Amino acid sequence: MEITVRGLWTMIHGMGFGALYLMAGSGALVELYRRYSSPLGPEITEQDEKFLRIYLTAMAVLAWLTVLTGAYIIYPWYRAVPPSGAASLAEFPQRLLMSSPSTSAWHSIGMEWKEHVAWLVPISITMAATVFSQYRRSLRIHPELRAAVLGFVWISLFAAGIAGFFGAMLNKNAPVTGGSTITLFQGEAQGEQK
Amino acid sequence: MSAKTAAGAPQVMLNPNGAGAAAVLAAGLGSFAVAVFAILADKAAPIKSLMNFYKPTGPLSGVTTCAIVIWLAVWALLHRRWLWRNVEIGRVTAAAFILLFLSLLLTFPPLADLF
Repeated sequence: MEITVRGLWTMIHGMGFGALYLMAGSGALVELYRRYSSPLGPEITEQDEKFLRIYLTAMAVLAWLTVLTGAYIIYPWYRAVPPSGAASLAEFPQRLLMSSPSTSAWHSIGMEWKEHVAWLVPISITMAATVFSQYRRSLRIHPELRAAVLGFVWISLFAAGIAGFFGAMLNKNAPVTGGSTITLFQGEAQGEQK
Repeated sequence: MSAKTAAGAPQVMLNPNGAGAAAVLAAGLGSFAVAVFAILADKAAPIKSLMNFYKPTGPLSGVTTCAIVIWLAVWALLHRRWLWRNVEIGRVTAAAFILLFLSLLLTFPPLADLF
């Protein structure tokens, strides 16, 4: 059971930081809506506020980690140019996708959208975390600010969903592979089937 | 913000909406800047090469760095100006949502290619 270093980083980026962000997003929306939607809503304790403040801040950290690992660790491997006369494009995902009309749009639409739209996520969630930390329960008496925070969290989830979907599909069609190999478990080769 | 009364019970205090409005509008502008810089780098070769801050990542490094710098600069500026003020928050949030929505649309390659 082996994984390449590039494959591991891709997993950390997508299934680690990115997927965790997507899962955390729905929780943030529920908490923000349930507790802060009405001035007469349920009582908010200091502990509740501290929890949501840390939760939103952790989401912002996840969002930044996702885009930074994506842009500065994985993307250079994705867009690497093969040497002339390369026998295989397996380690050059962008060129591999563009080599066939049946896959080129995964790059020209999928990656081109993903690489830009993903940056709306950390910007939006950093704003939401900061505004929440500044206003906390007084968001109940600032309905427009509350709506803005909720709206930006919604759109950050939508943008993260786009990036996540295309990330998964790109990795399915042209995975980022290569680099040294890490052996997770040593298996046994099966002989003839009985 | 909240403060504690003498009895220790949390108390809600009114505070101006300016700081929040500054953060919201700056986030809208920062997102829009991502889309604008991406289109500029895609359409103009000199800008594309200018945006190549980190060669392995290519123009994406410059596009996103410039957008982040603009976002943070606008945020700092608006924060200083609006910190103790109540602004027309409805108009500010509407503008921020329009900018954010445009960013979603303009980062979509078939629409970005119309320019």
